[in-house]
Amino acid sequence: MTLLQAKGLAKQYGHVQALAGADFEVDAGEVVALIGDNGAGKSTLVRMLSGSEQPDSGEILLEGKRTRLASPAAARDLGIETVFQDLALAPHLDPVQNMYLGREIMKPGLWGKLGFMDTRAMRAGSREAFDKLGATVGNLTGSVGAMSGGQKQGVAVARAAAWVNKVIFLDEPTAALGVVQTRNVLDLIRRVSSEGIGVVFISHSMPHVMEVADRIQVMRQGRRVAVYNATDTNMEELVGAMTGAVEQEAS
Amino acid sequence: MTSVASKPQSSANGTAEEERRGLLGRTLRAQGAQIVLVLAVIVVIFAVLAPSKFLTPFNIRTTIQDTSILAVLGVGMTFVIVTGGIDLSVGSVLVFSGVIADKVMAAMGDQGWGVSIVGIIVGCLCGLGWGLLNGVLVAKAKVPPLIVTLGTLGMALGFSQIITGGVDLRDVPDVLANSVFSEIGGQLPTLTLIALVVVVIGAIILHRTRFGLYTYAVGSNAEAGRRTGVRVQRQLIKVYALAGLTAGLAGVLNLAFFDSTTIGGQSETNLNVIAGVVIGGTSLFGGAGTIFGTVIGLFIPSVLQNGFVILGVQSFWQQVVVGAVLIAAVYLDQYRRSAALHGSSVQFPFLSRFGSGSRKVTPR
Repeated sequence: MTLLQAKGLAKQYGHVQALAGADFEVDAGEVVALIGDNGAGKSTLVRMLSGSEQPDSGEILLEGKRTRLASPAAARDLGIETVFQDLALAPHLDPVQNMYLGREIMKPGLWGKLGFMDTRAMRAGSREAFDKLGATVGNLTGSVGAMSGGQKQGVAVARAAAWVNKVIFLDEPTAALGVVQTRNVLDLIRRVSSEGIGVVFISHSMPHVMEVADRIQVMRQGRRVAVYNATDTNMEELVGAMTGAVEQEAS
Repeated sequence: MTSVASKPQSSANGTAEEERRGLLGRTLRAQGAQIVLVLAVIVVIFAVLAPSKFLTPFNIRTTIQDTSILAVLGVGMTFVIVTGGIDLSVGSVLVFSGVIADKVMAAMGDQGWGVSIVGIIVGCLCGLGWGLLNGVLVAKAKVPPLIVTLGTLGMALGFSQIITGGVDLRDVPDVLANSVFSEIGGQLPTLTLIALVVVVIGAIILHRTRFGLYTYAVGSNAEAGRRTGVRVQRQLIKVYALAGLTAGLAGVLNLAFFDSTTIGGQSETNLNVIAGVVIGGTSLFGGAGTIFGTVIGLFIPSVLQNGFVILGVQSFWQQVVVGAVLIAAVYLDQYRRSAALHGSSVQFPFLSRFGSGSRKVTPR
């Protein structure tokens, strides 16, 4: 069954038609790559599907049921997590605080009601999540702002992976990463999807897309123009679809 | 839209860079220590120059007492500045709360504790009310905090003068005035004890609770907070309300201590408190700061003032020195921050529309 589906999403910013009736599907346990030239509407589509923004028209179906994702928090409550391109980390807070931001574990009883948090439990949970990812987050008490790009990305991805239970969106998850960290993220994508999670990632790196995706959806000018199975397509075909040389779906 | 659309610059990360950043982090954390050191140096200099007069119990007590009301205001101000905001209205709100508390107590016409307690509660509620107004205007109406609190500064002071005709009121019940002015065990002024309690509670809330964590989160990256489910607007309203509440309490303390509403005497209170908070290491850009730093930061001007008087230096010099220290403190903060952000341009968040750092460049 299709886990998350979008039909005819449209969004206009001023005079710019960012999305012009875009469709989208992802199944449970599937990795879908979203590719397209700059301004093709990939990030906008992800923002609609993660509750960050509301489409002007079109509908979103979660497990076949029509759903309104009113806010990122609402999307997260439904099990949809997103790693944004800007990572959405609070630079002054430490990795544990970022990991649990908005979902803190409170101390039991009266102390918890007074607003005191169970930092020990949160630290243990974070440590586990980072180890699972193989993220090299050595110092759990330093501020995230002082970390390297790869470590920040590790925190953001681990946070999403730890909380997700339906669909995870990754907007350019490997853009700022070195070789080893990129490998970790690609492995993570595979691991998360093997747990029955739908993984959607935006990338400009064709080798990564070909390697890790099950299906590849090509966007151009705010529409989906083609969908390929990763096993029976090639780089030229994908580039052709991105630039408009090849058109699979009627627009 | 703005933040997501930008492409991430790839920050190549060698081990050298990692080390440098680790060092940076450690320096940041040691910042509280630096400001204590500055205060200690000042104290030592005065103690050496005026050994018989400066470090006397009486002089120490007076200095601490003079700083107590500012410390109460400083607690609320620290929360506000940690969110990347500013509150210029605290001095006027202090006056307004004192005026209303005085009027209510005078109307009840009694000198007992019952009237005093009503006065205290009324004063605190007045402050809370102005704080809520500030918070709603900043968070919901998205007016920059600088402008909102500049507006309420004028309004609160104007109302105070309308109500009193510009003449200070002096209707504090004797029990209240006497107890705030008294000293516990002959040494610790009650006023200071109250301020100390407020400071400790404030520090616990800011550094140990989820409320405090959200305060930092809003100042650090409001958009990240919003996306992870922090109710950013509500948090901002609460923080400004808290600042108002501390200003209201300070108003009652001020009224009781001086037995006067001091309408004309609070025009620089807001700036003195902000200076103390900033000297104490709280970042005007939001996201960083401590209550402890604020207390130390408030003591530096007080000690300078006191020391200059004792040494017979014109006390106007205090303003000059404090001004220089303030600029140095902000320069250091800015330097640290831009270094942490790889030299991205810095922008004061309280001048921006959201006033909570939501337009800041997210460092990566």
